[in-house]
Amino acid sequence: MSSAVIINFAYIASALAFVFGLKMLGSPATARKGNALSAIGMLLAIVVTLLDQQILTFTWIAVAVLIGSVIGVLTARLVAMTSMPEMVALFNGFGGAASLLVGWAALFGGEASSFVAITIVLSVLIGGVTLSGSLIAWAKLSEKMPGKAITFKGQAFVNGLIVLTLVLNAIWFVQQPVGDSVYLYAVIGVSLVFGIMLVIPIGGADMPVVISLLNSYSGLAACAAGFVLNNNLLIVSGALVGASGIILTNIMCKAMNRSLANVLFSGFKAVKTSTAKVEGEIKPINCEDAYLVLEAASNVVFVPGYGMAVSQAQHVVRELADHLENNGCQVRYAIHPVAGRMPGHMNVLLAEASVPYDQLVEMDAINPQMDQVDVAIVIGANDTVNPAATEDQGSPIYGMPVIQVANARTVFVLKRGMNAGYSGVENPLFYKDNVRMLFGDAKHSVQTIAGEFAA
Amino acid sequence: MTPELQQIVYLSFILMLAIFLGFELIAKVPATLHTPLMSGSNAISGITLVGALVSAGAEQTAMATWLGAAAVTLATINVVGGYLVTDRMLAMFKKKSSGGAQ
Repeated sequence: MSSAVIINFAYIASALAFVFGLKMLGSPATARKGNALSAIGMLLAIVVTLLDQQILTFTWIAVAVLIGSVIGVLTARLVAMTSMPEMVALFNGFGGAASLLVGWAALFGGEASSFVAITIVLSVLIGGVTLSGSLIAWAKLSEKMPGKAITFKGQAFVNGLIVLTLVLNAIWFVQQPVGDSVYLYAVIGVSLVFGIMLVIPIGGADMPVVISLLNSYSGLAACAAGFVLNNNLLIVSGALVGASGIILTNIMCKAMNRSLANVLFSGFKAVKTSTAKVEGEIKPINCEDAYLVLEAASNVVFVPGYGMAVSQAQHVVRELADHLENNGCQVRYAIHPVAGRMPGHMNVLLAEASVPYDQLVEMDAINPQMDQVDVAIVIGANDTVNPAATEDQGSPIYGMPVIQVANARTVFVLKRGMNAGYSGVENPLFYKDNVRMLFGDAKHSVQTIAGEFAA
Repeated sequence: MTPELQQIVYLSFILMLAIFLGFELIAKVPATLHTPLMSGSNAISGITLVGALVSAGAEQTAMATWLGAAAVTLATINVVGGYLVTDRMLAMFKKKSSGGAQ
């Protein structure tokens, strides 16, 4: 058997490992094994590729793999769970950059047909957009640059010009595809600029959408590189990743009741302002009284937001939950799909605090049961529980599905002050009859209540 | 059909099937696991490493070697970092019965 045949059989095995690995990611019980299976598939693909006779410069590869592994291991070990979105964004960018370079390097392999030239342009273009877009997303998420939408006059015109330049240079390049083509340099440069332009007008609250979209792009870039190299495994794996990114993007968009186009271009539009008047009065409560209510409760739902995770309050929340459970109370956590900075981020943050995953309930599952809940405790969440989304047609978040905490018998809102949330929208929830405001640092408040239980 | 055209059709066929398979697989993943799914699938996108290895080793021009080596480094970060951090996350997911706390 020739080595090409062996390699291709091994690639089939790798593809199978990826498929089953992803399938096993469908349940928390098997997910870890699934991830390991997928990693084994990757290892197999890499090892057999190295067996290929074409490969002669092992020194290069060894050095490059060593450097990459050290960086990879260190980042994976050291990253804080709250910074997971930044890290995924950065890794997406690296994946995109690698695909860009692979496409480019393939040009030096000899004559490129028009088809190969087109796929090279695609992998360079998608890779470039993924790289610079991801770097901007990383900078925004890690607050190295302002998180809000950046717009300027004539932005649409500039973007149109960028697309035109890209198309023209791509066409010129395909007509004469050589490695040092100025047109290719132009495509690389302009696609990097394009990636930046795509992400700067997107505000912080929409970041989960951007992250999953970039994830999809990094898959598509690998897919395009697969076409360049005529490699099935790259095409299949790239398509799997591309599909996963698209699905998550779609889920995020639905959770915010917006279309993808709306998220991508919302920075260009004026923000709607609500005209609705909020009526009623704020009713504060202190920790002692909150404890008395909780002590009598038999069904409590926590509604956590990103604010809780940033202040690392999830650990004391779990402590309070343990006390409640020892007291014979059913405890659950209601998770809004866009809580956190990337899809499913809140689940990871709670898992870090050893919250059992079977207590995490998705929005659609908890909402119909809300009226049987004794106490809903809102911590650091604001927009995802805002009843204006269902009641006030003039509100900018109108139509967004929210966790209907107001249907619970009693609601505690833990908050520092009366500031509006991330979206800057006033929250009529605070004025409802069954809502009590527990002002102060959430971590401290929860700790105090937990202390009452322990006493 | 020219051989190249045949190749394009064949590759597109694979692409189409893989996209459908991807949608089927991933649509079933619960929201709880979306972050690990994303970082895990991101690690898979590091499969570009295989392409990078071919470019780095093909011993063509110095330029191709440099580009390939850079691609191998970046893709390795993606693969190694992606799989490890996914594992780290998934290790934290615990069921109540398995002694949840700590």
